[in-house]
Amino acid sequence: MSAENLPILQVIVPLLAAPVCLLLRNGTLAWALATAVGWFTLYAALTLLGSVPEGGLIRYDLGGWEPPWGIEYIVDRLDAYVLVIVAAIGALVLTYARASVAREIQRSQHAAFYAAMLLCFAGLLGIVITGDAFNLFVFLEISSLSSYALISLGRDRRALTASYQYLIMGTLGATFILIGVGLLYMLTGTLNMLDLAARIPELEGNRTAIAAAAFLVVGICLKIALFPLHLWLPDAYTYAPSVVTAFLAGTATKVAVYVLLRFLFTVFGFDAPLNEWVGTLLIALALAGVLVASLVAIFQDDVKRIFAYSSVAQIGYIVLGIGFASVTGLTATLVHLFNHAVMKAVLFLALGAVVYRVGGARLADMRGLGRSMPLTMAALVAGGLSLIGVPLTVGFISKWYLVLAALEAGWWPIAVLVLVGSLLAVIYVWRVVETVYMQPRAAGATEVKEVPWHMLLPIWVLVAANVWFGIDTDLTVGTASGIAAELLGK
Amino acid sequence: MVSSLPAWCAALPLLAVPLILGLGRWPNLREAASLLAGAVTFLCVVSLWPEVAAGARPAWQIAEPLPGVHIEFVVEPLGLVLALIASFLWMVTTLYAIGYMRGHNESNQTRFYAFFAVSIASAIGAAFSANLVTLFIFYEALTLATFPLVTHAGTDEAKRGGRTYLGLLIGTSIGLLLFAIVWTWQLAGTTEFRPGGILAGKASGGLLVVLYALFLFGIGKAALMPFHRWLPAAMVAPTPVSALLHAVAVVKVGVFSVLKITVYIFGLDLLAGSDAATLLGYVAGATMLIASLVALRQDNLKRRLAYSTVSQLSYVVLGATLASAWGVIGGGLHIVMHAFGKITLFFCAGAILVAAHKTEVSQLDGIGRRMPWTLGAFTVGAMSMIGLPPAAGFVSKWYLMLGSLSGEHYFALFVLIAVTLLNAAYFVPIVYAAFFRAPKEDAHHGHGDHEHGEAPLTMVIAIVLTAAMTVGLFFYPDPALELVQQLVGGRT
Repeated sequence: MSAENLPILQVIVPLLAAPVCLLLRNGTLAWALATAVGWFTLYAALTLLGSVPEGGLIRYDLGGWEPPWGIEYIVDRLDAYVLVIVAAIGALVLTYARASVAREIQRSQHAAFYAAMLLCFAGLLGIVITGDAFNLFVFLEISSLSSYALISLGRDRRALTASYQYLIMGTLGATFILIGVGLLYMLTGTLNMLDLAARIPELEGNRTAIAAAAFLVVGICLKIALFPLHLWLPDAYTYAPSVVTAFLAGTATKVAVYVLLRFLFTVFGFDAPLNEWVGTLLIALALAGVLVASLVAIFQDDVKRIFAYSSVAQIGYIVLGIGFASVTGLTATLVHLFNHAVMKAVLFLALGAVVYRVGGARLADMRGLGRSMPLTMAALVAGGLSLIGVPLTVGFISKWYLVLAALEAGWWPIAVLVLVGSLLAVIYVWRVVETVYMQPRAAGATEVKEVPWHMLLPIWVLVAANVWFGIDTDLTVGTASGIAAELLGK
Repeated sequence: MVSSLPAWCAALPLLAVPLILGLGRWPNLREAASLLAGAVTFLCVVSLWPEVAAGARPAWQIAEPLPGVHIEFVVEPLGLVLALIASFLWMVTTLYAIGYMRGHNESNQTRFYAFFAVSIASAIGAAFSANLVTLFIFYEALTLATFPLVTHAGTDEAKRGGRTYLGLLIGTSIGLLLFAIVWTWQLAGTTEFRPGGILAGKASGGLLVVLYALFLFGIGKAALMPFHRWLPAAMVAPTPVSALLHAVAVVKVGVFSVLKITVYIFGLDLLAGSDAATLLGYVAGATMLIASLVALRQDNLKRRLAYSTVSQLSYVVLGATLASAWGVIGGGLHIVMHAFGKITLFFCAGAILVAAHKTEVSQLDGIGRRMPWTLGAFTVGAMSMIGLPPAAGFVSKWYLMLGSLSGEHYFALFVLIAVTLLNAAYFVPIVYAAFFRAPKEDAHHGHGDHEHGEAPLTMVIAIVLTAAMTVGLFFYPDPALELVQQLVGGRT
């Protein structure tokens, strides 16, 4: 296996492993294969990150067809960075999955479940690595369709409506993206992103180009679940199987943000006049999302739902950084992309452990679990503290850069609102902590034990990541600030 | 000067945590471990003393989480003072807690001692922090580590108190303090504590007022009104917690931060005579007066002491806002003097609770005859609060008044005198009732009252020790004074 083929192996291995999972039929074997594939992709992604030269690219022509005729895979540092995030979360979630899936999903569907997971995984990785706008759409559909199927597997029957809702909204988004790509193709005659980037400046002031950009931004924001296009997310996260929630929360929205960055900064270029009002719009929506979603989260009774709304709020933070269009702002976005993935993965995996033992993750189910499941609950608290942005966790690093970006831009009220969002997070996280530690187990509730070690291990690896990358930020901040400068051409 | 000693001082209490948890089944060994950790930590801090007194600044860098932002310890005189008090009183409080927790049959004692150790580690970390970010880290850690101690009882009242505690402390620190820190970083390009400050020439006028206000209100642990309510709320905690954390470690980290930021971030030259210092001086003065008036009306002994603390903390803030050498010396000394006096008072309140099961001021008639040692120590503590010789509180008040006079801050002078009278008004009646009134007749009905003598021996030892220190510091304040004087570098 030579290193130059890694870009294609990154996608093709999970893609081909999916049907193999189906053929294996045995859930445990399918799990073992999926997990092995997950760790392979992480290895590949890390190797790619290590081998992309600063400011340079790795290019790979699919099938030997030269661009712009053939599909080209392009890996720059942004790609490699997002690949690492997606692959790391995928690998850890898949490692954790076996017991949780065995508890939550019918036996007969296990193999199909892992197949769908791998398809979704392959789709997300493909979106990141491809350099072709239409190919990106194809991968987007692969990941989306498989995620609709995954969500519908949830035990609660409302999972079906949640999945259907997401299907409608997701398809709307995908259609918008397709229209945008189509318009660009019509105008320029190319689908290769670098080619597009070279030709779009000639179209300055062209209304069709502006329409294409608008379609793309709105479509992508639907997939990001940016407020007020987030309506599909809370239900989908709440009713999906625990493993799926953790996986999607850590990866899907992150990849959608990547797509937004790619189109806004690489394809359309930072200088386009469009970006100014897009930036203002993104800031406004992001802030509204932070405040509204955090407030709504405070009043939820299902803990998965609390953290689902919290995700909408956190997406607001991520998008906020893009709106500033400054190096610090983009650094904040990129750092939070990583940081939010590790904190939400901890939280949702810990909730998965609760569901595994108790059967549900409503606040009432979690009363008094601090004593019976101390390690899981400690992880939940650690994830919660990170979400709040307590120093020595990754959340603090993100917040630092966001506030700094706002102050640099001279918009101190935005800095204030970012911190207000943190305070709202304190409230909803603390509701959970109080329930877990300070309320007695409900009378007549069954005794519960700590979950097995193979579930705890991935959870605690992620907790460690939350702390480690809150102290040693070479990988996150170092890479992110470099990428931010590249994206802005500085 | 690079030295790992500061890091050890903060790490030692943490290292005691697994020991405490592991020995949970054997209370005697567990408490011995706690005491031993206290002694070793104290010795470790003391070993830094000669170097710092000679002008060295031992430093140790732990990590660099953001480019240019270090997690780093540098021991300077004020931090050393705080670390000395915290680690010394940790030992004494552990001694006291042994009697209290057993005498009062508290549950979850292992958890109690473990979080206590974490809190002390955080306080020492904050004391030695070399920059605002490090300070913020340990400041937040202290809030989180003390939360389980405040809610120790697990009752609804404790839960409510805990919410107020966390809500106000985290709210102010994230909403205001963090904002101020990032802003400082953006203005000055550093958050390091440097003699003379880092903001000179970077901020002035209105910006200076806003920034100084963000810092002073953001440090919720200094309990400036209107962000003081967490302190009375924290009184639901067991008394050793109130004594060490809410009279010494937590609140002292608060006013210490105020003083440190005043001296090393803003710099006295920048603040002297500025609107920022004047306006915040009014806030501190108002807090002193209002909190004293509220204290007058509290019948619950611990709540009265809590409001007294709110008032006394603002002495230090007032000293900082005088922005003069005398003011800083007075404020720095008051951190020490108030610590010993107030911990004595809280110890006494706990002893009265354990021995006589009494919590209200109105129940204390004649109690001095049964608990002479305790109430004698209480009298010493009360004198220190009022600022009467021969108690330590007099020394710091002397310097604060000197600062007010020399800077012609007549408002500050007026407040200091008024608060002295108010302090007398709410402490003297307690002492009078305890020694000169006959026990109330109706208290003998029912099973509410019972024959009792002094509190358990370990508690009395601790009480007498801190009371003796309170008197001792009046006659011999030189060690503290010499350290604090270094802060202003011979400007007096």
